[in-house]
Amino acid sequence: MTVKDRVLTALSTVRDPELDEPVTALGFVASCEVSPGGDAEVHLRLPTYFCAPNFAFLMVADAYDAVSTVDGVQHAVIVLDEHFASDAINDGVAARAGFAQAFAGEAIGELDQLRADFLRKAVLAGTDQVCRPLLKSGLTASDLATLTIDAVPRTAALDRLRRRRADLGLPSGDGDPLLVDPVTGAAVAAEALPLHLRRARTVRTSIEANTGICRGMLRVRYDDKGEGEEEL
Amino acid sequence: MYEKDGEKYFVVDAHIHYWNAAPDNWVPGQEQYAKGWIECFYAYHGLGPEHTRWTLDKYMKYSEQDTMHDLFEVGHVDVAIMQPTYLKEWYKEGFNTTERNAGLAEKYPGKFVLNTRFDPRDGDAGLKELADNVARYGCKGVKLYTAEWKDGSRGWKVSDPEAYRYLERCQELGIKNVHLHKGPTIWPLDKDAFDVADVDHAATDFPALNFIVEHVGLPRIEDFCFMATQEPNVYAGLAVVLGGLMHARPRFFAKVMGELLFWVGEDKMTFGSDYGIWEPQWQVEGLVDWDYPPGEEYDDYPRLGTAGKKKILGLNAAKLYDIPVPAEYQLPADAGTPAARDDAQLVEST
Repeated sequence: MTVKDRVLTALSTVRDPELDEPVTALGFVASCEVSPGGDAEVHLRLPTYFCAPNFAFLMVADAYDAVSTVDGVQHAVIVLDEHFASDAINDGVAARAGFAQAFAGEAIGELDQLRADFLRKAVLAGTDQVCRPLLKSGLTASDLATLTIDAVPRTAALDRLRRRRADLGLPSGDGDPLLVDPVTGAAVAAEALPLHLRRARTVRTSIEANTGICRGMLRVRYDDKGEGEEEL
Repeated sequence: MYEKDGEKYFVVDAHIHYWNAAPDNWVPGQEQYAKGWIECFYAYHGLGPEHTRWTLDKYMKYSEQDTMHDLFEVGHVDVAIMQPTYLKEWYKEGFNTTERNAGLAEKYPGKFVLNTRFDPRDGDAGLKELADNVARYGCKGVKLYTAEWKDGSRGWKVSDPEAYRYLERCQELGIKNVHLHKGPTIWPLDKDAFDVADVDHAATDFPALNFIVEHVGLPRIEDFCFMATQEPNVYAGLAVVLGGLMHARPRFFAKVMGELLFWVGEDKMTFGSDYGIWEPQWQVEGLVDWDYPPGEEYDDYPRLGTAGKKKILGLNAAKLYDIPVPAEYQLPADAGTPAARDDAQLVEST
C-alpha cells in the first residue's frame, strides 16, 4: 500500500456528518497527492458554493486529523475548494483553531452538539436499516422490543449502527437492547415501538433524499469523479 | 389548467420567482456572493430533465416573455404566487423584491398573487413598510427568510417577541398565509436555519394564520413532519421536493412523498415549481402521472389518487388564498375538503 492509498483509506473514515457517508464515496475528495517527502495535500469540494459552513468545517477538520496521523505523512494540508468560507475554514483548520475561533464574531460555540444531533439521526436511520429486514422476515414490532444486539444476524448495517451508538456513548454491547432511545439510551418499550420505527424510517428517508440531492448537485458542478467516489 | 385522461386540474403554482441575478445587479465588492448564489441555484436547476435546462446566462435574468410562456402558455399554471427574496447585500435592487414582482403582476391581472415579506429586525419602519405593501399590492401572504443575515445578526426565529409583533400586524392587515423558507440555506453558522421548532410555537400561538413551510425543512424533513403532524395550521410547500427529486431521484422522491402523505396528508401539501429554478410544465405533468414505483418498500405509504393530486396541484393553495376555482375543476362532494385542517394528529414525542 502506498502512502497515498493509506491517506485515501484514512479519508474514507471521514464522513459528511449530515449525510453519514464517507467523503470519499460522496465524491468530495477532488484530489489527493503525497510528495516523496511525505507532504500530503488533499483538496475537498462540495456540491455548492454555499454548503453549510459548519458541516464543511467539520469535514475539513476531520480530514486533517485523519490524514496527519497516517504513517508516512510528515505534513498534511487540507484545502476546501470553491466555497464562500474556504479561507476561514482552511486557515482555521491549518491553525488548529476551533470553529468559533475560525469564524470569530460569526459563530458561538463549537460543533460537538451539532455532530451529536446528526449521530442520533444516523442511529435512527440505522435502526430502520437493521429492523426492516427483520420485520420482513416475520418478526413483529413487539418481538423486536425484547431483542438484544447479539440476537440479530450480523450485517454491515448492524455493525454500522453499533459504531454510531458507541460514538454517542449509547449502549452498544452484545447484550444491550437492539432498540434504544437515541438520546437517553434507554430501551424502547413495546408500546412505543411502532412510532419509534415509523420515525426511524422517516429519518432514513430524509437522509437518503438529502444525499440524493447533494450528489446530484455535485455532479452538476463537477463532471469528473472524485478520489474514491462511488457510483450514484 | 391541465387535462389528462378526462380529469381537469386547476393549477396554482404556489412558489415562483422573477429574479435578476445578472452582473448588472451585483453589488460591487460582493460579486463572489452574488455569483455564488446564482450558481448554487443553477446546480439545483441541473436536477431537472435535460430538455428543460437553460444556459447560465438566461438563468441569471430571464425575461417577462420567458416567464409568461413557461408558466401560463406551456406550464399549465392558472395562478402563480410570487414569493420575494431580497438579498440586498449582494444584489443592488434585490434578487427578487416585492416591487420587481409587482412590475410583472400588475401587467397581467388575475395571473399572479403577490406576496410580500418582513424582517422583524426592521423594527417600526418595517411594520410600516409591511402595511404599505399590503395597502399598495393587496398582499395576503408573506415569505420569510429566518436565516438571513442583517447588520451582524445571524438570523431570527419566528417565535421571537419581535416577530410576534409582526405576526399580530399581519393578522390586522388581513394577511393569512405565512410562507417560511426552511430549507437549503446560506448562513447556518449558529442559528440552525433548518430548525422548525419556532414554527411549532408560532403556529400554536397564531391559530388563525396558516404556516406553509417551504421545501418541507429539507434536509430535515423528519423534523418538519414530526412538527407538522401536530399542528392543524401547518402546511407542506413542495417546492424543491418535486423539482429536485422527482426526475433526478425518483425512488427517493416516492419515499419523501410517502412520508409527507403519511405525516402531513394530501390536504396540506401545496405544489410549487420554484420557477425559475425549474419550469412547472414537467413537474405538473410528472405529478399527475406519478405513482409509487414497484416494490414492497412503498406498500405501507398512503396512496395518492386523482383527488389528492388535484388538491396538491391547486385546490389547497386556492383555498388558502381565496382564489376562485371554476366548477369543472372542483372535487366531487365525497373527495374531501382541500386545505382541511382536521387531519392533524397528536404524536407523542419519544
